[in-house]
Amino acid sequence: MSELVKVQVTVNGTRYEHTVEPRMLLVDFIRHELGLTGTHVGCEHGVCGTCTILLDGKPVRSCLLFAPQANGHEIRTIEGLGTMDNLHPIQEAFREAHGLQCGFCTPGVIMSVLPFVEQNANPTEEEVREALDGNLCRCTGYQNIVQAVQLASEMVASRKAEAR
Amino acid sequence: MAGKYLGQRLKRNEDPRLLTGQALFVDDVQLPGMLHAAFLRSDYAHAWIKSIDPSAARQHPGVVAVYTAADLGKIWKPGPLNVPPPSGIPGVVFNQRTQVPMAKDKVRHQGEAVAVVIAESRYIAEDAAAEIVVDYEPLEAVIDLEKALGEGSPLLYEDLGTNLASFVHQENGSYAEAAARADLIVKTHIVMERGTAAALENRGYVASWDNKSQSLTMWATTQGPIALRNGLATILGLSEHQIRVIAPFVGGGFGPKILLYQPEEIVVSWASLQLGRPVKWIEDRQENFGDTSQERRQIHEAEMALTRDGKILGVKDVFIHDTGAYNSYALTIPLNTQTHTTGPYKVANYLTEYRVVFTNRILVTPLRGAGRTYGTFVMERLMDKAAKRLGMDRTEIRRMNMIQPDEFPYKTGIVGQDFAKNVLDSGNYPAALDKAKEMIGYEAFLKEEQPRLRAEGKHVGLGISFFTEGSGVGPYEGARITVEASGKVNLSTGVGTQGQGHFTSFAQVAAEQLGVDPKNIFVTTGDTEAFHWGAGTFASRGATVAGSAVNAAALLVRQKILKMASKILEAPEEELELADGMVRVADIPSRCISLAELAVKANPSRGAVEPGTEPGLEATAYFGPPYGATAYGCCAMIVEVDPDTFNARIQRLVMAHDCGTVLNPMILEGQIHGGVGLGLGNSFFEKLEMDDNGQLQNASFMDYLIPRASDLPPIEIAHLHTPSPLNPLGIKGVGEAGAIPIPPAFVQAVEDALPEYNLEISEAPLSPNRLFQIVQAAKQA
Repeated sequence: MSELVKVQVTVNGTRYEHTVEPRMLLVDFIRHELGLTGTHVGCEHGVCGTCTILLDGKPVRSCLLFAPQANGHEIRTIEGLGTMDNLHPIQEAFREAHGLQCGFCTPGVIMSVLPFVEQNANPTEEEVREALDGNLCRCTGYQNIVQAVQLASEMVASRKAEAR
Repeated sequence: MAGKYLGQRLKRNEDPRLLTGQALFVDDVQLPGMLHAAFLRSDYAHAWIKSIDPSAARQHPGVVAVYTAADLGKIWKPGPLNVPPPSGIPGVVFNQRTQVPMAKDKVRHQGEAVAVVIAESRYIAEDAAAEIVVDYEPLEAVIDLEKALGEGSPLLYEDLGTNLASFVHQENGSYAEAAARADLIVKTHIVMERGTAAALENRGYVASWDNKSQSLTMWATTQGPIALRNGLATILGLSEHQIRVIAPFVGGGFGPKILLYQPEEIVVSWASLQLGRPVKWIEDRQENFGDTSQERRQIHEAEMALTRDGKILGVKDVFIHDTGAYNSYALTIPLNTQTHTTGPYKVANYLTEYRVVFTNRILVTPLRGAGRTYGTFVMERLMDKAAKRLGMDRTEIRRMNMIQPDEFPYKTGIVGQDFAKNVLDSGNYPAALDKAKEMIGYEAFLKEEQPRLRAEGKHVGLGISFFTEGSGVGPYEGARITVEASGKVNLSTGVGTQGQGHFTSFAQVAAEQLGVDPKNIFVTTGDTEAFHWGAGTFASRGATVAGSAVNAAALLVRQKILKMASKILEAPEEELELADGMVRVADIPSRCISLAELAVKANPSRGAVEPGTEPGLEATAYFGPPYGATAYGCCAMIVEVDPDTFNARIQRLVMAHDCGTVLNPMILEGQIHGGVGLGLGNSFFEKLEMDDNGQLQNASFMDYLIPRASDLPPIEIAHLHTPSPLNPLGIKGVGEAGAIPIPPAFVQAVEDALPEYNLEISEAPLSPNRLFQIVQAAKQA
């Protein structure tokens, strides 16, 4: 076993410092060290997108990074959006449009498209499908996910407009 | 029969948990002192195990135990059958060979478990597993289905003397007689290949034996928690009541998770008993490709006898079915093929016969579509061929052979997966055909659009395919409903949930009877402590069978409520109404009592108990149908083929579908969308590439492609409503519908898009490469 290393990250606004094996995957660190099990593991080779998180605001596959690579960075996971009683607009949109069935891929899908939703007020269906192409879903045939993302874009845009 | 709640497009109760990362999946279970398992799996598809040396692994720091088959003692034996072979068919051959917990003398497929390491972390367990030394003597692998039955083939089971796992012959009428008087006989040779379910959540189990309470708790990604509990009790020598199996949120099932007594289920629970500590095993994606059951490999020789005006006189279908290395799930899949081949059509003379073959591949068990897909593919291909030969419109030949609405119940005489002679209960097949044609614009497309596109040099075709979906089979399911003193309603049922929205749809069924907002109905599925009778979630039966049990239990509770309220409100029961969590006298709404108050009164305190009193506004009920309800539908699509790359793009896809009474249209549509996604995967994307040595060539999502968002079209759905007479709500299943008609519609559309080659595609899946090869062969012919 190699020497342990210190990993210091800010996740959903909370600072954590843990000492782990350097080979620990970031997704295992998030799930099992920090106990944030909303981020899921689907393939462990960077294809399915289920483990997607935001690293410094950008979507990344947390199964393709080691925990020490996140040292000093800021992470956002599904737990950092809304709560059960107060869903984030993108979560509300997924519920409204039935954009999830088993819900296993959902946190990864949401974290993948969150920046897209925030930057595109009125995306076309084709643009949405392209934005979703890095995430696999086996339940929905993507149809209602596409609709959920379009709805989320509208909702986020109208919230922004209200805030102005 | 839409009601206030039933049939409404309600948002799902379970979503807030799933959307915020608060839903419990098996890998989220974290227990003090928990150990982690990693399996060592065979690299060979077929080999004798000469020796296993785990000594180095046992000494690896952090390793708690290493077990092989030899260590399992009396636990080691082939697991029980999941389903028995069918009764009621004469002459059935069934050579039972079920899965073993770990391979002992011989490995029979790549990925079969040979040893397990239990360690302080999964990382350590995998390190140590790599240190186990296994000495194999490789054998020639049995992969080719036809060669497997030939002289001199290597054998999976030497003691059997054959690779034949099963033989079944059924005939209704006489095909030979029909063929003798036919004007036309069309023949086809159909090959369908294996794919995998690829649920995004792999399998996983956490077993926790507690010595002080002498009980085992197991979190499992299973579609059949109760059956798993019962089987584990027998295998481990425990009482059923010492085991609690919890199927929490499960990340997609699609069939393979209904397979029971899988090696890891047994080994992980046994290891926890041995060590007195919780043990977790989570399958990784590469393992999933080699150790989770698969489906869709059959070879058919089929023919159809017709009159010159297109009337079907008879069908003969002789096929080989690949069961892989074991046949734990018996004959469910090929029986489904036999009952679904004739589908919606009247076939007076039908001969269907199959051989099931052992091969050196992971075992085959139902996967969404489960045998129906091949039967539908065979029949719809025969229909297309007959239409071409007779110069008939492909929809007309289908229509004229359909069972008519006044001909139900229609008996086909063929025994199906529920061991009953198949009966189609109800429907209006021509209406669904018309609807799909109307939605896709059949006439206009063929007469105007397609010629115009062809003139522009575009290769665009239309495919249309009909299907039936036997669903909602027995034996039974149950439900218990309790109105609590808080006024909230508790509802438990034995089936597990893998995304079908049961937390909402079952709540809607109960809400309709009880006049309670579905939001206030707390549903538990898949926990043997909450409900311990039932079979599981498979064969599109959750809504139909468990939903009917929920309805029955809710009716009983409703009766109790009315009886009590009638006394208290001094009004006859028929003048009472239930709404908003209250019982009211309909004409005098101020005379009312809340369900919460009634529930308190229904739990009498001392001195208030009358003889014969049963406490609680609670009831348990069961439902078991005489046979399965048959849903059906018609799918049509427009496909454009790129003549250079042979990539195919689905431009439009419509589905006219009838599953009787709809509980929640939003959930229903989602089920169809998902099924269609899988069906398109099975048509064009997904094929497990196996070499002659039994080595899987594409065991990753990099190489095995499942459809992505940009691969799939928007899906347009129309509902028809023919309630099933087989249950009070009139429900039929829908879970597998989408997957069934897609491959035949797709290949028909591809043929239609490339008329210059006069293709006769008799296989699925295609890929751009395979389509290119087929076109090249047609050019040379």
